[in-house]
Amino acid sequence: MTIYIKELKQSAKAWGIWTGAISFMLFVCIMMFPEMKDQMDSVTSVFSNMGDFTSAFGMDKLSFGEFMGFYGVECGNVLGIGGGFFAALAGISVLAGEEKEHTAEFLLTHPVSRVSVLTQKLMSVLTQIIAMNVIIVGISLISSAIIGESFQMREFILLHTAYLILQLEIACICFGISAFIRRGSIGIGLGLALALYFMNIVCNISEQAEFLKYITPYAYADASDIITEAGIEPVLTLTGAAIAFAGIIAGYLKYTRKDINS
Amino acid sequence: MAVIETKDLTKSYGKARGIIDLNLTVEEGDFFGFIGPNGAGKSTTIRTLLGLIFPTSGEAKIFGKDIVRQNTEILSDIGYMPSEATFYSRMRVGEVISLSAKMRKLNCADEAKRLCERLSLDTKKRIEELSLGNRKKVSIVCALQHMPKLCILDEPTSGLDPLMQKEFFDILSERHKSGATIFLSSHVLSEIQKNCSRAAIIKEGRLVALDSVENLSKTSAKRVTLHGVNSVPEQLGAKSVETAADYVTFLYNGDIKVLLNTVNSLPIYDMTITEPDLDEIFMHYYEKGGDEQ
Repeated sequence: MTIYIKELKQSAKAWGIWTGAISFMLFVCIMMFPEMKDQMDSVTSVFSNMGDFTSAFGMDKLSFGEFMGFYGVECGNVLGIGGGFFAALAGISVLAGEEKEHTAEFLLTHPVSRVSVLTQKLMSVLTQIIAMNVIIVGISLISSAIIGESFQMREFILLHTAYLILQLEIACICFGISAFIRRGSIGIGLGLALALYFMNIVCNISEQAEFLKYITPYAYADASDIITEAGIEPVLTLTGAAIAFAGIIAGYLKYTRKDINS
Repeated sequence: MAVIETKDLTKSYGKARGIIDLNLTVEEGDFFGFIGPNGAGKSTTIRTLLGLIFPTSGEAKIFGKDIVRQNTEILSDIGYMPSEATFYSRMRVGEVISLSAKMRKLNCADEAKRLCERLSLDTKKRIEELSLGNRKKVSIVCALQHMPKLCILDEPTSGLDPLMQKEFFDILSERHKSGATIFLSSHVLSEIQKNCSRAAIIKEGRLVALDSVENLSKTSAKRVTLHGVNSVPEQLGAKSVETAADYVTFLYNGDIKVLLNTVNSLPIYDMTITEPDLDEIFMHYYEKGGDEQ
């Protein structure tokens, strides 16, 4: 537990900044909705007639003029990018960061097994992500109450569950990568999250690129599908869970055998 | 009982030199010196023993336990001071010290306080504000606060001022008296000679000598410099002679009285006799090895 608590303390500041920034953006977007609603007809028709751009963001399936549709598209971008990036950063630096800062030597010369170090560190990353999402959901509910709109609860819960799984998956992949690198490479983490995000956009536009949906977690967290189907695509989600699990296993296998150089 | 015992311990990685077939035994209660220049393999040996890196071949035991399989158990009884003392930069000194204790599931607040006072270490400062010497002090406290049975210290005195070095060795010898085994790596020969009972010399990854410090010192040569002459009398059997306009310097490895008697008849106006630097000790050991073959 000592390392788990140390990790949470050390990440508190970054966590606070990311959670604050994402919450603030969601709040601002939701506050914009009443104004958008007044121009609903024109907005919806404009957004649904932009060809590939429309399908890229799923706006062919969702009505931008309805609160849930608006929230889905907007939440998809803010939470998908913001949450995904935070998860990537938290995951990629959790192990490699100790080597970059040369503190791994201090940490690993205490009588704590590497498996225990890994578990506590992984738990701290997952805790941060879950806590962030709880706060974001709270902010969304409060914001919607302020503008007097209400969510379709089932879709709302499914949407946020999907985004939570997405973030956990990205964090687990980055955790695995983190065990292999020696310098906490923020670039690798952000690059990966960004690549996965764009994969989904490409996947939405091009039929030939449809196989990408099995790779990117943004496919199962696609708001337009979740809201129109009122469900999360199980095959894609399970594939994602399997990838996340593989990331964790790879991380454990590598790190328990890794030479920690000074 | 052997506290540390390595058998053909080898660690090779990439281009960097590791250690080759290291056979080393440190007995319980030893104040053991581990001598070698930078890059000889001192840190590699220590990091392998601590389980930070994994041996390529061979094996080693600490307290009779396998360094790879029983790493965590071994670490409970070890206090380690790395050559580069690095901690979480945003933490305060006190937080690092108590984190170290908590990771050992111990409460060593009293001993930590005593050590901080003796080393005049301010526990309220942030790590990032500390000088190298002060970071070393944090390292000392973390290595010693839990009264370990074995202290492994990797070049502990670099960065410490002479007063602190003295205090540090005072603490170490107190620990040694109360039964702890000390394993001290250093490239400062005088430090080893003054404090250690036994020592090993490592060069280019191989152990070249392991003996009591007394025996090692006896065989080690002296660096003699004579001012006023520029050649060495042949009967001294000097090695690695260097001459300049008004002085000559050489390694002497014989009876000190013979040296003094010979020097007495020379027109010198000054002379110094010092410990040779480590390279010269190694040369000495290599030459000795050559003679025996």
